[in-house]
Amino acid sequence: MTPVVEIRNLHKSFGDLEVLRGIDLDVMQGEAVVLLGSSGSGKSTLLRCINFMEEPTDGRVRINGDLVGTERGGRMQYREAELCRLRTRVGMVFQHFNLFPHMTTLENVMEGQVIVLGRSKEEAKSKAMQQLSRVGLEDKAPEYPARLSGGQKQRVAIARALAMDPEVMLFDEVTSALDPELVGEVLKTMRQLAEEGMTMVCVTHEIGFAYHVANKVCFLHEGRILEQGEPQKILKSPDSTRVSEFLEGHSLFKLPD
Amino acid sequence: MHEWDFAATLADMDFLLLGLWNTMRVFALALLFGIPLGLCIALGRMSRIPVLSQVSSLVIEFFRTTPPLVQLFWFFFALPILISVQMTPFVASVITFSIQSSAFFAEIFRGGINSIDKGQWEAAKAIGMSRRDSLRRIILPQAVKRMIPAFAERSIELLKTTTLISTVSYADLMFQANELASKTFRPLEVYTVVAVMYFFLILVFSQLTILLEYRLAKSGEGTLR
Repeated sequence: MTPVVEIRNLHKSFGDLEVLRGIDLDVMQGEAVVLLGSSGSGKSTLLRCINFMEEPTDGRVRINGDLVGTERGGRMQYREAELCRLRTRVGMVFQHFNLFPHMTTLENVMEGQVIVLGRSKEEAKSKAMQQLSRVGLEDKAPEYPARLSGGQKQRVAIARALAMDPEVMLFDEVTSALDPELVGEVLKTMRQLAEEGMTMVCVTHEIGFAYHVANKVCFLHEGRILEQGEPQKILKSPDSTRVSEFLEGHSLFKLPD
Repeated sequence: MHEWDFAATLADMDFLLLGLWNTMRVFALALLFGIPLGLCIALGRMSRIPVLSQVSSLVIEFFRTTPPLVQLFWFFFALPILISVQMTPFVASVITFSIQSSAFFAEIFRGGINSIDKGQWEAAKAIGMSRRDSLRRIILPQAVKRMIPAFAERSIELLKTTTLISTVSYADLMFQANELASKTFRPLEVYTVVAVMYFFLILVFSQLTILLEYRLAKSGEGTLR
């Protein structure tokens, strides 16, 4: 079976700073993979290399078997038009939502469908309403983003990405900018997507989400995957002391059972 | 004590109104050409192609640092000699003020575009939009709203600078005022009337831009509350 995302020997440097030092990762159809790691470990960069928001310095990325870029003289070359097409197949949701403030919720979800995929307005609208109801916000369709709460904005951003019918969804710390009481609704939406069989890769600090929803957890450290496996294994009895330290830091002030 | 007598001036109001009309024509054409040209120069300046960016910067700096009167004289007297074309005062004025204001508009566009959060570019990119579509659909519509006050300020400045075109004998409001003043021997009255005419012209213009600002602020993302 072909993985939805296949990453081989991925490297990424910003100038002299080598952020990713050889990543291999497969994400299978319907899998929810969570990337953990301390800040600076490269998890966000890895995520952004999957839809080429950042171009890798070296290595190969395949989406459902299709190699991204063309190889010339041992180096990969990427054309802008090819990357634009690729990004319609790989949805992304950001920490700061980045909704388009001059458009209504509905227009936000229609925009990519009409401008990029060339769908008719009617088709885009019915698809947008379908995705908005999927995230529970169909009644907010005529509102501008300024009128929505953080959690609602993020769910609209998820609907906007889903409306492109992506083969995989990337979530980049999507709950980190939210008030604690709004985190739940977004995580619930993500869990629902995972249960519906959406393939997804998430960078998150929500260990509980990783434990309950992920099929696989990867722990990144200094640009490499230090440990990966089932969440029950990685989060309960990791092999590496680095992972245990990270998890302890996250559960210092846990409520007693 | 001066005895005010507006009779002679008011009798020749149509003469001044013709001047007002000519001023408005040059102003309108300078905006019509200057705004799109300004956008092109701004995009050139922000381009990742070094030559394009440097040439655009040079154009901006040149037209911002040289006096508009020098530019006007250059286009009116020098350009026809260099490329042997017939140059009328009207054409020279429109060319000068289109290019001159485009240099200023370019900087307003650049500031407006740069003021938009990087996340907006990212979000557009992430749904597969090209840079061109991102700019057209996502960035510019937001940037333009923020640019309106600066744009209005610059346009008012431009409108006032057009009084210079009287020096190349184009019959704008200022030129007509000079003519009428020497004809009627009533300069005080003539220039007072002309000042009031400029005042109302600019007042109407600035009220229109405020109206536009209110219209565009409907999504709550604007410069007016």
